[in-house]
Amino acid sequence: MNGTREPIQRYALAALSHLLLIAAWHFFVIFGEVPKFVMPSPYETVRALLVPNYRWAENIAVTAVEIFGGYILAVVIGIVIALFFSWSRWLEMVAMPLLVSLNMIPKVALGPLIIVWFKYGIGPNIMMAFAICFFPIVLTTARGLREVEPDLLDLVRTLKGSRWQVFTKIQLPGALPYIFSGMKVAAILAVAGAIVGEFLGSDRGLGYLMLQVQVTLDTAAMFMAVILITLIGVVLYGMVLGLERLLVVRDARIQ
Amino acid sequence: MPMEEPFIHLAGVRKVYRTRGTDFLAVSEVTFDVEAGELVSLVGPSGCGKTTLLKLLAGLHPHDSGTLRIGSTTQPFDPSRDIGMVFQQPLLLKWRRVIDNVLLPAEILGLPATESRSRARDLLALVGLKGFEDKYPYELSGGMQQRAAIARALIHNPKLILMDEPFGALDALTREKMNLELLRIWSEARKTIVFVTHGISEAVFLGTRVIVLTAGPARMADNFYVELPHPRTLDMKTHEVFGEYTRRVYRLMGME
Repeated sequence: MNGTREPIQRYALAALSHLLLIAAWHFFVIFGEVPKFVMPSPYETVRALLVPNYRWAENIAVTAVEIFGGYILAVVIGIVIALFFSWSRWLEMVAMPLLVSLNMIPKVALGPLIIVWFKYGIGPNIMMAFAICFFPIVLTTARGLREVEPDLLDLVRTLKGSRWQVFTKIQLPGALPYIFSGMKVAAILAVAGAIVGEFLGSDRGLGYLMLQVQVTLDTAAMFMAVILITLIGVVLYGMVLGLERLLVVRDARIQ
Repeated sequence: MPMEEPFIHLAGVRKVYRTRGTDFLAVSEVTFDVEAGELVSLVGPSGCGKTTLLKLLAGLHPHDSGTLRIGSTTQPFDPSRDIGMVFQQPLLLKWRRVIDNVLLPAEILGLPATESRSRARDLLALVGLKGFEDKYPYELSGGMQQRAAIARALIHNPKLILMDEPFGALDALTREKMNLELLRIWSEARKTIVFVTHGISEAVFLGTRVIVLTAGPARMADNFYVELPHPRTLDMKTHEVFGEYTRRVYRLMGME
């Protein structure tokens, strides 16, 4: 709160810790004389980008589409379902326990089935990302929509306000902090979902590439792929945080 | 009988809540009139049906028997536009700035935006929040939030303000200050106010009239005018008359 120095300092410290980790990695490989196929140095890892055969750009694009596609689908469908729950208690009592049971299924175990049903490729991987990150969004949104002060509803009722007014002016903005807390958890899960999908069956994407280079023991390329997958996740998470900062008043944010 | 019709008229009002086959008598045999422009205190112990009575007046629940009428030929009453409510908690929307919180009832009623906004500014000045229009609720103290809630209750210019223990959550000093503020706002805004409280001294200090309710089953035990001059000042609390009024209420609650 005091001045502008503090945030700059914080970013500088964050950058420093990351640089320290890379430096530690570098010196560990150099002085430990670790063989390249066990652990490449940071420099060798970056050099993996120069192998044209690996078609980095295309693979990054495919994985990003899977992650973002599954994630956006989960956010939209998750919020809509939670909305229906808030409108019908009966529907919630019927469907919520079912969703909880379905959520107990390890989604990864569904992978072989998804391949049988839908072949492999981007579509099924989007489904895997969706399946893995959809539930937290339903749960937090439903909770957020339910959290309305009864006295506040009375206030609107004395003014003969409509259900739609309650929803747009009180319920939805009040639920936003909950929705975002679900979206943050889901962002991390979506990345895992897409990669698992690629491991199980695919012909493109960074997860697929990792399986290919595993055969030739190109560990540097594997490292690079992991870093790129992480970066896609960081970009997604950063976008969600940015959107939250834009839409949710500071005091209302759920950490 | 008064010559003119009173603004609010209750006669033998009774309310029973039914839950799982058992009846709970929340309000029984309540009879009183309120003239336009009065500040009436409804005082009683917890669970005496004060809040229920307020909800009946707000039209949030139907009553079971008796007469409950608001409005008169000289003071017509529109139930969807003429009620302003203040609760124990300020219940401000934390994602809205103070002025936008005040504007909520105006938005719901679809009142013209520009006029409402300038009226909201005037009201915030009236409740002593000039300069805080663009703050968020978390930047305000509890007393200031409650002032904003009072401005919100006034934005659509209702004839009747219903207050349910509005200062119950404040510390004692802030509460006294808010009592004086409420009297000032009341004398400037010229509204009829029904003020529910369990503070006996607060009820006597604020009310032009005090209505006493007793618990289980909720009944009206007393209804008297407070013959203290306006504007009221804190030192009136030490007057002999003030003590007589409060003792009268204490006695009815079996505390003396």
